[in-house]
Amino acid sequence: MTQMDTTTDTTADATTDTTADATTDTTAETTADTATAASGGSEESDGLLAPVPDEDGAPFFAYAARGELRVQCCADCGEPRFPPRPCCPHCQSFDCLWKKVSGRGRIWSYVLPHPPLLPAYAAQAPYNVVLVELTDAPRIRLVGNLVAAADAALNSVPPERIRIGAPVKAAFHATDGGLTVVRWLLERP
Amino acid sequence: MGATRTTAGATAGATLKDATAIAGIGQTPFAKRLPESEKTLACRAILAALDDAGIAPSEVDAFASYTMEETDEVEVAKAIGAGDVTFFSKVGYGGGGSCATVAHLAAAVATGQASVGVAWRSRKRGSGPRPWTNTRAQLPTPAQWTRPYGLLRPADEIGLLARRYMHEYGATRDHFFNVALACRNRANQNPAAIMYDRPLTREMYMTARWISEPLCLFDNCLETDGALACVVVSAERARDCRQRPVYVHSAAQGLPAQHHGMVNYWNDDPLTGPSWAAARRLWKTADFGPQDVDVAQIYDAFTPLIPLSLEGYGFCARGEGAAFTEGGALEIGGRLPLNTGGGGLSEAYVHGFNLITEGVRQLRGTGTAQVPGATTCLVTAGEGVPTSALLLRS
Repeated sequence: MTQMDTTTDTTADATTDTTADATTDTTAETTADTATAASGGSEESDGLLAPVPDEDGAPFFAYAARGELRVQCCADCGEPRFPPRPCCPHCQSFDCLWKKVSGRGRIWSYVLPHPPLLPAYAAQAPYNVVLVELTDAPRIRLVGNLVAAADAALNSVPPERIRIGAPVKAAFHATDGGLTVVRWLLERP
Repeated sequence: MGATRTTAGATAGATLKDATAIAGIGQTPFAKRLPESEKTLACRAILAALDDAGIAPSEVDAFASYTMEETDEVEVAKAIGAGDVTFFSKVGYGGGGSCATVAHLAAAVATGQASVGVAWRSRKRGSGPRPWTNTRAQLPTPAQWTRPYGLLRPADEIGLLARRYMHEYGATRDHFFNVALACRNRANQNPAAIMYDRPLTREMYMTARWISEPLCLFDNCLETDGALACVVVSAERARDCRQRPVYVHSAAQGLPAQHHGMVNYWNDDPLTGPSWAAARRLWKTADFGPQDVDVAQIYDAFTPLIPLSLEGYGFCARGEGAAFTEGGALEIGGRLPLNTGGGGLSEAYVHGFNLITEGVRQLRGTGTAQVPGATTCLVTAGEGVPTSALLLRS
């Protein structure tokens, strides 16, 4: 109980029940394996680093490949958690499901990296990196890029258009390496 | 104070409080490039620290280091001529481990596991490789959520927190400049500092190139080659050593709930990092509080870490860390003189170990920018990663 007490408050008010279209697809593990296998390299042909999902993270990318943004949730107590992990920090259950969320969020913060950077990133610098707080689960924050279109460059949104609190929606970009990453579009471009 | 100190070989209910002391410190020169290897530099710093204490290398029976250290205790013990070693420990998370090395040695000595402990840091960061320059390096698992999006360097990771902090509390670049300036001013008084005799102005700061907006060049620490070490012994033993003892009064490590290294974004409140967790324990076992700290050595890999740490360690309330830096508060003569050797921003960035040795110098009364009559010092390790901290007293 002590362990539970110390961790209960960390995402306590995440609102899992607001996901009206939440589904409980527990077959995610199957597709996850595919994502893991496809991720052998850490590079894609444009030189950007590709995610290297682990067993816990693979379902996220498998769903993204279908154009779905889903968040790992506890199958027993319902609490969402991120990054994905084997068991629930709230109730210690090992049963999980991946809930579909609306894909809407707000920019919690952002940064504009300048060189020196890895060559592929330097070529697009300064670009933005945003941290998006999900509307459906405010304690789930995803690192990503704000772009003008799903497949546009990392610097395709002028920095002056970026502000904390701006509403955004998820978009899906299939990388050359076979993985799909989640990117973000301004709700009001 | 002395009458109540715990002896080595402690009994039940004993505490770490003032049971041990740092008896010796040593270091190599700091430079962008040094010709010698990390192992050689480590040995030089350790032997200098033992000489400072007046303790023979053959008496060393404990070692503590922290990760991202190339040289291990087996190599060091063999090279310096240590005797049988009965305690060794390596603390994780890079710069977050600096203070914990001293804490581990203090615990070992206070509980009779060893009698003479050496902690050290040797780095060739100035001339060595940096992980984010290697495109082909396999991404570590936690990085799947951050690195592909271009959050490549620690400056990017902390810059993102800094932007939010500015947004929430009205912190400005002038506040970060206050931090950079205080460190640079102290380095200008310290001939051993890389930035000795190189003054910083507000104009230089405000027109400097960006590294990761909102962080500019001067918000970032140096890249340095160099090594440092210190010697930990029992309080009794320290009183017979060459130098005035600097007692380890309190120590703590900090890994808060739901922490994620360098990107504490999935904590309930990302602006309360590991310093908050360490601080609760640190003050709980101390005889004094933040208001009694004469001088602070706070980990400054990036300027925004200072206001965040000032809040975490209780020098001000949440959101007041930036305002705390105003009016020369961090300068000599100010409310809380900071990083009096120049810190990681302007003396040397050796994963924070120079903050420990500078804390010792201040309490010996031998700092190059001495705080008059300083008897208490807070030293902290890297914020943003699982961290550690020490309260030192003379």
